[in-house]
Amino acid sequence: MAIVAFLIKRLMQAVLVMLVISLIGFSIQDNLGDPLRELVGQSVPEAEREALRDRMGLNDPFLEQYWRFLGNAVQGDLGISYHFKRPALDVIADKFPATVDLVIGATIIIVLVSVPLGCWCAIRPRSWLSRVAMGASIVGISIPVFLTAIFLIYVFSVNLGWLPSFGRGESLVEIVPGWTTGFLTWGGLSHLILPSIALSSIFLPLFIRLIRSEMMEVLEQDYIRYAWAKGLAPRRVWFLHAFKNTLLPVITVGGVQIGLMLAYTILTETVFQWPGLGFMFIEAVTRVDTPLIIAYIIIVGLIFVVTNTVVDLIYTLVNPTVRLVGAPS
Amino acid sequence: MPLLDVRDLRVEFPTRHGVLTALHDVDFTVDRGERLGIVGESGAGKSVAAFAILNLISRPGHIAGGSILFEGQNLTRLSIHQMRRVRGNRISMIFQDPMMTLNPVLTIGTQMVETLKAHRKIGDAEARRIAATRLGEVKIPSPDKRLDSYPHELSGGMRQRVVIAIALLTEPALIIADEPTTALDVTIQAEIMSLMLDLCKTHGVGLILITHDLAVVSQVTQRVVVLYAGRVVETGKTARVVQDPVHPYTRGLLAALPGEGTAGARLNQIRGSMPPLTAVPAGCPFHPRCDHVQDSCRAALPALEDLDGHRVRCTRARDLASGVAA
Amino acid sequence: MNWIATRMTAFLGSDVLYRFRRDPVAMAAFAVMAAFVLAAMLAPWLSSMNPHDPAQIDIMNSEIPPVWQAGGEGAFPLGTDIQGRDMLSAILYGLRISIIIGVFAVMVQMTLGVVIGLVSGYMGGKVDAFFMRLADIQLAMSTLMLAIVALAVFKAAFGADLYEDLAIVMLILVIGFAEWPQYARTIRASVLAEKKKEYVDAARVIGLSAPVIMARHILPNTLSPLLVISTVQVANAIINEAALSFLGLGMPVTMPSLGSLISAGFEYILSGAWWITTFPSIALISLILAINLLGDWLRDVLNPRLFKG
Repeated sequence: MAIVAFLIKRLMQAVLVMLVISLIGFSIQDNLGDPLRELVGQSVPEAEREALRDRMGLNDPFLEQYWRFLGNAVQGDLGISYHFKRPALDVIADKFPATVDLVIGATIIIVLVSVPLGCWCAIRPRSWLSRVAMGASIVGISIPVFLTAIFLIYVFSVNLGWLPSFGRGESLVEIVPGWTTGFLTWGGLSHLILPSIALSSIFLPLFIRLIRSEMMEVLEQDYIRYAWAKGLAPRRVWFLHAFKNTLLPVITVGGVQIGLMLAYTILTETVFQWPGLGFMFIEAVTRVDTPLIIAYIIIVGLIFVVTNTVVDLIYTLVNPTVRLVGAPS
Repeated sequence: MPLLDVRDLRVEFPTRHGVLTALHDVDFTVDRGERLGIVGESGAGKSVAAFAILNLISRPGHIAGGSILFEGQNLTRLSIHQMRRVRGNRISMIFQDPMMTLNPVLTIGTQMVETLKAHRKIGDAEARRIAATRLGEVKIPSPDKRLDSYPHELSGGMRQRVVIAIALLTEPALIIADEPTTALDVTIQAEIMSLMLDLCKTHGVGLILITHDLAVVSQVTQRVVVLYAGRVVETGKTARVVQDPVHPYTRGLLAALPGEGTAGARLNQIRGSMPPLTAVPAGCPFHPRCDHVQDSCRAALPALEDLDGHRVRCTRARDLASGVAA
Repeated sequence: MNWIATRMTAFLGSDVLYRFRRDPVAMAAFAVMAAFVLAAMLAPWLSSMNPHDPAQIDIMNSEIPPVWQAGGEGAFPLGTDIQGRDMLSAILYGLRISIIIGVFAVMVQMTLGVVIGLVSGYMGGKVDAFFMRLADIQLAMSTLMLAIVALAVFKAAFGADLYEDLAIVMLILVIGFAEWPQYARTIRASVLAEKKKEYVDAARVIGLSAPVIMARHILPNTLSPLLVISTVQVANAIINEAALSFLGLGMPVTMPSLGSLISAGFEYILSGAWWITTFPSIALISLILAINLLGDWLRDVLNPRLFKG
């Protein structure tokens, strides 16, 4: 069946990308300082070091070492963080929920604001609201996300004192063991608001413009004119006939923004000292905590590959006309 | 009183280079159950006329004058809400390309049921039942199953059958079909056309058939309007216009039909092409392409001359009709 | 380069200039951008001190507020930062670094993109498929993510001190390498369109190198899309550089760009020294906004067929 072939092809691509990423990760490990020095310090004599080096397999051929690295990685062993003295993957698992909270918060804002506004701009391009939205979107694109974050802190935390300026707060709820969220208490929510707005601020202009231009294109199509000719209510023409067709390109473009989203979580988390993956990564870079850096790169690569594959799958499910052979471009 | 009475219809498109007039004072009528053909080359304003009736001309185009009387109300004066009760209910449309008219992401059933529900107080089950009946009428096999298909799962011919079924759903008084077979495979064009003709007859519904093909017009319609550069140049009973065309343009269109003249000979194309709206010549708009051109043709636009029910816009209409100029 | 001359005359004769004169937003954006570029070029003459020269910095002058606030001094119109540097001078020099990085990074992108686009479009087949898939993946991962990871790795590998000396080159290269796909796709599309034309076959028959002939035909035709892309890309490069510097992966505090100035001031915003972050921020936002407005205007006027996303 076509869908199985498509799945296999996609899966193979995903595996290939992951192999490349892991190879990059491994090369970093090989080049970033001397793991031995991190482990035993300078005082150990050279002969003893060499013996240790042999025992740890550091003198084995490159491919053999890479193969071992890969084997460990697949079993969930990405080394031990120099700073935390714990398995790198455990550290990441600790920080992961915070970043997920932030991404969900920002996504909610993006969807709630950009969908209605983008549609409105397409349906009534000459209204004052559309003009304001389009003008604001070019200003929005021009403000770096960390400045938006700083500005929000300055106004709402420092001057008005309404919302906290850093961290996730104390009142987190553990929904499953090891996984906390701030969405269920006011304390948690109040910490989420500013970072989520900051993170969404860079995507809002992008999505408003994207939804507007896609919807305007759809509204010109014959099937929309036909829908009007059938005497359908405007609501139905706009929000079923036009919007459902607008959704497809928006999902494809929107779905692959996850890479950008993760990049901006680094900036947002740094400004708000949000205890998530991004902040952890920047700290790991400052501390030259190589295992943690590599673990982050591999996990982010994995998230990216999985999301893209899922987006492609959703795309084929939502769009009945998509041809399953090859990648939809 | 005719079912549809279009008078002095004028459609304008404001552009950066001034106002372009797509239709000039166009008149035609359709009686109950009557079939009218509107003929012309592309760009003559055929489709604009069709869309003008339902007030669906794409912006910034608009109706700048004239009236469209349908079942006793002037469609040009209706509110958006009132217009919606006419569209798809009393007047249905069939578009040119069935690949583009059906929404690709909605099932056939959804697109049929919504049309019924927009105009009738009716439950989903009942609407589906009617939809399936109509699909059966347009000879679509296993209609119940087809309701759950998406448009791309059907061939072009099948899709146009679906569009015809949708047009018939609400038992309209008039169907406007804009080149309904042009985009289809040649082998099924005749099939679809005869299906349409049969259904119009059995349901007693009026038809406006828009086409560039006089052969189809002569098979399907009772009266015909020939448009050139946004004006009516000849109109009358189809049989008469096709047998004794008067306007040199109509004659040219007929001569260009394959099958006219000796087999194997070149088709007799009218020389030149229709001017774009930005460059319509003064006088008779057809004069640069006409074999019978005189000085008077360049001077002023001829009026529609009435040759007892057969009206022709040509200075030399009487000469041509009596064969003097031939 | 004859075609540049002919293109220029065509450009001046076209209605681009006419429409520019009638659009106050475009003119204002251009004026602001020109002013910034000029200020950056003349920074050494406009500044009262060289903020890169430790000998000229006096720590005693640190955290002086702008001249209109109590405690302000005439010698430091926009105040001083934590190390006693004149903010105005630091901003002018920072602007210079930001613009240099932006422009050079875009030049790297363009060179790479044009070459890959030509090769990919001309060769087709596996080569084309490889580069286009790579472009998809790279765009999806986002420039910023790639740049952050690459620079983080370099920083960890080189050590902070060596990295500071190399920062400007690394930024240009990393931002340059990360964003070639935009250009490559545009060029590739025109190569594919051009490949179908007869002169390519003709050139091959008479023994001329088809790629060279095509490049000569294609590059002039893609001038307007390249111009539009480049405008937006310079803005993106400057913004990305600022983000990287803010994260401590870009320009060091001793040789700050606008981003590193903002970053350095961020800690003091809560303690009242708002000017250290605010003035570079205003400069950065106005510069980016001016370039983006100009890019939007160019896109409308030249209306090239650009790729979405």
